[in-house]
Amino acid sequence: MTFINYAAREINCKIVYYGPGLCGKTTNLQWIYDKTNPQAKGKLISLATETDRTLFFDFLPLDLGTVRGFKTRFHLYTVPGQVFYDASRKLILKGVDGVIFVADSQEPRMEANIESLQNLEKNLKEQGYDLKTIPYALQFNKRDLPTALPADDMYRQLNFKGEPTFEAVAMNGTGVFDTLKAVAKLVLTELKKK
Amino acid sequence: MAAPDLVMYEEEYQQIKDILHRLQVDSNSKIVFLVDKNGQQIASQGDMRGVDATSLASLTAGNVAATDGLAKLIGEKEFSILFHEGERDNIHISLVAQRVILVVIFDEKSSLGLVRLRVKKASGELEKTFEQLLKKAEADRGNQANRFDSPFAEITDEDIDSLFSE
Ligand SMILES: Nc1nc2c(ncn2[C@@H]2O[C@H](COP(=O)(O)OP(=O)(O)OP(=O)(O)O)[C@@H](O)[C@H]2O)c(=O)[nH]1
Ligand SMILES: [Mg+2]
Repeated sequence: MTFINYAAREINCKIVYYGPGLCGKTTNLQWIYDKTNPQAKGKLISLATETDRTLFFDFLPLDLGTVRGFKTRFHLYTVPGQVFYDASRKLILKGVDGVIFVADSQEPRMEANIESLQNLEKNLKEQGYDLKTIPYALQFNKRDLPTALPADDMYRQLNFKGEPTFEAVAMNGTGVFDTLKAVAKLVLTELKKK
Repeated sequence: MAAPDLVMYEEEYQQIKDILHRLQVDSNSKIVFLVDKNGQQIASQGDMRGVDATSLASLTAGNVAATDGLAKLIGEKEFSILFHEGERDNIHISLVAQRVILVVIFDEKSSLGLVRLRVKKASGELEKTFEQLLKKAEADRGNQANRFDSPFAEITDEDIDSLFSE
């Protein structure tokens, strides 16, 4: 649910990072936070457990500048990936404008990727969204690991509508901004249609 | 899309700010703050210096969402009010028109009773304003002639690319 404020000349969009536990969602946000000018970003809020697992969400507000005289603001959220936090994931998806699915490239995590993707589809549907039509991008993270599956294999198993797909190493920033940019573009293009 | 976009116009924005200002003065509180359920800040009144408004908005929405989830779990429709008491400051959170969250931060210069009373009055007024806002936005959506209003119809790829070039 984009919030268009004609009075303050602002648009606000919500983007959610989804994916299985430990796939690197929080790491994506941390990289974006570290690499953005201080005046373009707010605080990074992490509601996490003592072991740095996301408990409820991470949140980062990002000012991208102006389009057609409107200040463009993206609110980035991550969900907790661990299976038993499903109730929290549903809450975070409320009002979402675009989704980034972060997949873990390690072979033993493929099943968790698929399960999480199905969970995303189901939770979106509950809110009245359709994964097939919502602005959406796919990221294969942890490409640096020796156990990483070939990207082609992953593409065949996870890409389902030709969505923009990126290989990433979130730890060193590879692919992080490309993924965000792709989804931001889709979200803004969606606005155009309205 | 599941929910219609929230749109804010100058006239209603002014009304909302006036209502919040009156609430802040009448309840003798420090800060009055309006957030949409998704954590986007709508307006605020009072001394916001030293307050991170964006974080406040996002955490409030998270708090309300979690409490909503709890309510459903035990078969309640919603808990309409949340109250957190601190050593110095207190925070009173309530839902308006089912879609926006009204936050009042106050200290010993006010009291929970007073805040409750004034919030009730302001909520009624805000509800009317949001009704009006929704109607207007709907009319706008239906009315093709008003489309020139939308600055996004002409967004180009270059516009979007330029957002990311630094
Ligand atoms: N080798 C490698 N490790 C990574 C990469 N990205 C993240 N990690 C590591 O993976 C671990 C989990 O990363 P997080 O970002 O916390 O994972 P998450 O998806 O937020 O996990 P949850 O909050 O539990 O859902 C951390 O130790 C990261 O340093 C990567 O590209 N390569
Ligand atoms: Mg996390």
